Amino acid sequence: MPLSRLSSPFLSGPSRVTLHMIQLLFALVPAVIALVYFFGPSVLITMTLAIVTALFTEAVMLKLRNRPLEPFLTDGSAVVTAVLLAIALPPLAPWWLTVIGIVFAIIFAKHLYGGLGYNPFNPAMVAYVLLLISFPLEMTTWLPVTELSTSPLGFSAAFQAIFTGQLSTGLGFDTISGATPLDAMKTQIGLSLHPSYISEQPLFGVLAGKGWESINLLFALGGAFLIYRRVISWHIPVAMLLGLFSISLVTWSVAPETTASPLFHLLSGGTMLGAFFIATDPVTAATTIKGRLVFGAGVGLLTYIIRVWGGYPDGVAFAVLIMNMLVPLIDYYTQPKVYGG
Amino acid sequence: MTKPLGSFPGGLVLDGQKKRSTHVSIRKTPLSKTLILPLQQHIGEASTPIVKVGDTVLKGQKIARAEGHVSVYLHAPSSGVITAIDDQAIPHPSGLSALCITIKTDSEDRWIDLQETPDFTRLSEHDIRHKIREAGIVGLGGAGFPSFIKLNPGVHHHVETLIINGVECEPYITCDDMIMRERADGILDGIEIMRYALRVQNCVIVIEDNKPEAISAMELALKRRQSQFQNTSIVIIPTRYPTGSEKQLIQVVTGKQVPSHGLPIDIGIVCHNVGTSYAIGRAIIHGEPLISRIVTVTGTDVKHAGNFETLLGTPMHELLSFCETQRETDEPFILGGPMMGYNLSGDHLPITKTANCILVGVDNAAPKREPLPCIRCGDCATACPVSLLPQQLYWYSRSKDLEKTREYNLFDCIECGCCSYVCPSEIPLVHYFRFAKTETMTQELETEKADTARLRHENRLERHEAEKKEKEERQRQRKLALAATKAAKEKAEAEKANASESSTDNQET
Repeated sequence: MPLSRLSSPFLSGPSRVTLHMIQLLFALVPAVIALVYFFGPSVLITMTLAIVTALFTEAVMLKLRNRPLEPFLTDGSAVVTAVLLAIALPPLAPWWLTVIGIVFAIIFAKHLYGGLGYNPFNPAMVAYVLLLISFPLEMTTWLPVTELSTSPLGFSAAFQAIFTGQLSTGLGFDTISGATPLDAMKTQIGLSLHPSYISEQPLFGVLAGKGWESINLLFALGGAFLIYRRVISWHIPVAMLLGLFSISLVTWSVAPETTASPLFHLLSGGTMLGAFFIATDPVTAATTIKGRLVFGAGVGLLTYIIRVWGGYPDGVAFAVLIMNMLVPLIDYYTQPKVYGG
Repeated sequence: MTKPLGSFPGGLVLDGQKKRSTHVSIRKTPLSKTLILPLQQHIGEASTPIVKVGDTVLKGQKIARAEGHVSVYLHAPSSGVITAIDDQAIPHPSGLSALCITIKTDSEDRWIDLQETPDFTRLSEHDIRHKIREAGIVGLGGAGFPSFIKLNPGVHHHVETLIINGVECEPYITCDDMIMRERADGILDGIEIMRYALRVQNCVIVIEDNKPEAISAMELALKRRQSQFQNTSIVIIPTRYPTGSEKQLIQVVTGKQVPSHGLPIDIGIVCHNVGTSYAIGRAIIHGEPLISRIVTVTGTDVKHAGNFETLLGTPMHELLSFCETQRETDEPFILGGPMMGYNLSGDHLPITKTANCILVGVDNAAPKREPLPCIRCGDCATACPVSLLPQQLYWYSRSKDLEKTREYNLFDCIECGCCSYVCPSEIPLVHYFRFAKTETMTQELETEKADTARLRHENRLERHEAEKKEKEERQRQRKLALAATKAAKEKAEAEKANASESSTDNQET
C-alpha cells in the first residue's frame, strides 16, 4: 500500500470512531429488546423518530457550519445520542417531546460548542434534563410493565398515542400510567412505609423493580461486552457502581427502615445505562485513569444524593452533567507521572 | 538466561512482518560506481574533509576527520578517486542538502594496511575509545550517536551494567536479527571490548521473543566462550513496541527509570546496539573502520526482500533495483521503520551509517482521509509508553499554546507513534508534537537571539554613554588646560611686560 502520511508513524491501527459507535449500538440491543418486552414497542417508534430527527438536524447544522456531510453523518455519534435519549424517555413520550429533545441536543449541546469532540456536556443528558425541567408531567408518565397493565398497548396503539396524544380507547394516559419503582419507593418512604414492605408490592420484582431489574442487568451485559471489546474502559462504570453502592450501603446499614437496599439502587432507574453508556461518553468524561475513577465515583455519589434527597426520582442525568463540569479540573489534577519524572 | 525485572505502561503489539526479510542470509550489495558520503552521518559536529578533489584513496582510508568532541572520522568505503566535495541531497526528512564527498570507485576495492590487535588488552581504555572514534563508529541502531562517548563514563559515574540492545521492536526491520544469527561471535568480540573499556562485569544481551533463531545463535556463541563471559547473560523479553527504545528497554530489563532529562549512565547503565557491538569488534581486533552496514530492504513492493551488507555511500536506487522493487518514480518510501522512520521520495540518496532499513510499501498504511476530531477516548494515553496525555498535548499543540505543551511534558515524548497508531479519529498526533517541539525550539532560539541583541544594544548604549562622558570630561579637561595655559600665558605676558617695564625703568634709570 502506498504511503499517504507525511511523517511517521505510517501505520494505523484498526480502531475507528464509527466502529466504536456501531459496537455501542450493538451492545444496547439486549436491553432494548427487554424494554420492548416489558413496556411495549413504543420505544422503537420513539427511537426511529429520534434517529431521523437527529440525522436531519445534524445535516442542517453541518451545512450551516460549512462542514463536510459525509464523515460526520456517518461517524454514528448523532445516532448514538438519539438512541440513548429515546431509551431514557418514557414509553409514551409524545412525538414533539422527542423532537424538541433531539433538536436541542444536536444544536445546542453539540454543534454550538463545535460539534463532535468539542461538547463539554453529554448531549443526550442535556436534552433529557431540559425536557425533565420543562415538561415534568410528560417526562414522568411511565407505563407499568406489560404484565401488570390492564390494557397493554400494541404497535398501532402506541403509534397513535405518541403522534396524537390519545389512546384508541379514548381514555386519558393517566388511566394506564403508573409510577416507576424508584418513584414509588421514594414517595412511600416519604409516607413512612418500610422499604421491605414497599418491595412486597406487585410493582417490585426479585431484586428491584419488576422489569427494571432485568433491563438494568441487560445494560450491564452490554456494558461488559463494550469493556471486552475495549470500546470503553472499566474505570468509570466500576467507580460509579462502587460509589453508588457504598453510599447506599452506608445509609442502608445506618437506617434500613428509611432507605432502599444498595442492590435496589444498582438495578433501578438509569443506573446501568448511565454507568456503561452515558458516563462513559469519552468526549465529556475525564480522560486520565485516576480521573476516570474520580469522575465515576462522583457520578455514583451524586446519583444517590439526588435520588434520595433531591426533588427528582432519578439522578443519573444530573449527576453526569455536574461531573461533566468538573472534568477539566479532574483531568488537570490527575495527570499521570511521566517516565523518569 | 535471566528474566526481565520490569515493564513499561502502554506500548503496542504489532504485526512484526519480520519473515519477509529473514529467509535469506545477509548478502553483499554489488560495488557501486560512485559513492556519496555526507560529512554528517552522526549526531554532533560534521566531519572535516582531509582529501582534495582528484586524490586517490584506498578502501578504509580516512577522508574526513572529527571536528570538535562530539564527532567521528569518515573513511573511504572503497578505493577510487575523489571526484567532488560539494553540497548534495542527503537522506533527511526535509530533503536537505549538505556537504558530501563523492568517490568514483575503481572496482579494485584495495584496502589500506590494516592494524590488527587480536589482544586488545594491550591497549588502554583511552586508546580503545580513541580507536573507536578513529574508526568512525556511531550507534547503528538508528540514532547515530558517537559510540566512543558512551564508552567513557568519566570519573563521576560507575557503570554497573552494560545492556546490549538486540530488541529491534519496529516491524519489518531485521538487520539486528540477522547479524545476531550470523555474526554472534563478532558481537561477543565487541561486548568484550566494551566491557573492558567501561570496566564493567555485568552485561545483558536483550532480545525479543520473536527472534528464536537469533536467541539460539547468541546462546550457542556464549556457551562456546563461557569462560570469558561469566557475567554475561541473555534476557528474553516479550515482543512489544517500543521496547527497543533505550529508556523503555532499561525499564524492562532493570525495573529502573532513567531520570527525565537524564542519561542511562546516571543510573549506572550503558546501552549499545548489537550492530554497533559488531562494528567495534571489527574495528579493534581487525582494524577495519566503519565503511559498511547491514541494511534491511523490505516491504510489500519489494520482490526479493532481505538484508544487505552495503558500503556507505551506495545510492539507494542501486539497492532497490538489486532487490527488484516495484516502485513508481517519486513514490515515497520509508527510511527506517514504519513507526519511527521518515519518508523519502528521491532514491538517489546515499546509504549512511544510520540507514537500518529501506521500506517500500507497508500493510495497514494510515489511510488518506481527513482525520475526525478528537473524541477524547484516551486510547492514546493508554498506549503511551512514557505516560503522557497525548490528547491534551494535541489540543495545546493545535492551539499553539506552547507553554502548556511544556507543562504537559512535551519534551519527554519519544515520538514512538503509538498514540497516532491507536487513534480512532486517525489524527497524526506525532506530527503535531514534532511541530510543537520545533516551534518551541525556534522560539527559544529567537528569545535567545533577542536577548543577545538587547544586551548588545544596552552595552552599546552604555558604551556610547561612557564615551560621551569621557569626551565631555576630555573637553572639560582641555578647556581647563586651555584656560590654565591662557592664564599662564597672560600671567607670563604680564610678567614679561612688567619685567620689560622694569627693565626699561632700569634702563631709564
